[in-house]
Amino acid sequence: MLDFAIIGGGPAGLTAGLYATRGGLKNVTMFEKGLPGGQITQSSEIENYPGQLEIVTGLELMDKWPEQCKRFGLKHDMNEVLQVTKQNDIFTLTLASNEKVEAKSVLISTGSVPKSANIKGEAEFFGKGVSTCATCDGFFYKGKDVAVIGGGDTAVEEAIFLANICKTVYIIHRRDSFRASPHEVSKMDSYSNIVQVLQHNTNEIIGDNSGVTGLRVEDKKTNEIKTLDVLGVFIFVGRDVLNAPLKQDDGSFLCDMNEAGEVIVNLNMNTSTKGLFAAGDIRIDAPKQVVCAASDGAIAGIAAISYLQ
Amino acid sequence: MGKYIELTNENFEATTSEGVALVDFWAPWCGPCRMIAPVIEELAADFDGKAAICKVNTDEQQELASKFAVRSIPTILLMKDGEVVETMVGAASKAAFAEKLNALL
Repeated sequence: MLDFAIIGGGPAGLTAGLYATRGGLKNVTMFEKGLPGGQITQSSEIENYPGQLEIVTGLELMDKWPEQCKRFGLKHDMNEVLQVTKQNDIFTLTLASNEKVEAKSVLISTGSVPKSANIKGEAEFFGKGVSTCATCDGFFYKGKDVAVIGGGDTAVEEAIFLANICKTVYIIHRRDSFRASPHEVSKMDSYSNIVQVLQHNTNEIIGDNSGVTGLRVEDKKTNEIKTLDVLGVFIFVGRDVLNAPLKQDDGSFLCDMNEAGEVIVNLNMNTSTKGLFAAGDIRIDAPKQVVCAASDGAIAGIAAISYLQ
Repeated sequence: MGKYIELTNENFEATTSEGVALVDFWAPWCGPCRMIAPVIEELAADFDGKAAICKVNTDEQQELASKFAVRSIPTILLMKDGEVVETMVGAASKAAFAEKLNALL
């Protein structure tokens, strides 16, 4: 039986594993289906991780975390956790490989996944022009025209990233101004090949056998419909937390969540269920920053040790 | 111990024309691609002798990426006797890949 099971291997899970094992817990396993690192590994540059002097990519930032965090005995199991249940004081994790693992305490630090923009054609052309990762797929559109949908920090940052690769980047947002930080918006304003398309809805992604060929947008003021001739459509309209492992067979969740499905925690990352902790982007009021996820993880690791004593 | 096969324009057809193959189109700068790298290595060991577990570096093999209309990475092709049976886009768990491979064997 595990002392502490950690679900999710981003900065929160890794740090929790480090603190839990270095603090004395012997059987701690982090379930992360691939290489640990988390969402930040998709970022092309990070300049606000404290202590990190040079601007690096997300992959570079996270590169040494697994080695350090496993130094005190943390094990990494490349299995996906499908469900966590609890009976009396014991948690049971059901894995994708059909195995079941028991644990005395559990941390859920699974972060989030990109939201769909719910546009006609989005699912049909996903992977064939529709993408949610500019650093992954921008390269395929070198010198070509693409569209970015969204108005927050991520949409603006990724539009800037793509503008350095593509010929023209259309950024489409339904509001009359971007929600992104003024710093990023003014950076975007300096790019002559970023066409800002505000107050427009996105109606349909169109294409053929080869993939996406265009994006139909509608002017909210005049109802005029235009087709942008783009080969790539990058969608950055927010993220949904990954709380599926907490769903029980009767449809309820293993602990209290808010309306957005985020896990309710106290300052010690305790959820409403004893022995179950949550850290990182999955918990309420998460600032969605790497340093905050790491902090949550450390707090959860310390809290787990205390809980098990 | 089985290792994955690095595919190029030159050896792609010969390697995948017979039997079951999994082909992972990736690039070094792609976070999710690097995320599944250890999974591909484990699959190569587990399916040694049973299926060809392969990788295509799209940065170096742009012609191959184009040939298979790859516009998003990671894109994983499941092939049988030279034909693409299924296309998966994005990172997935080892169990998910193994299930698809076993279904083809």
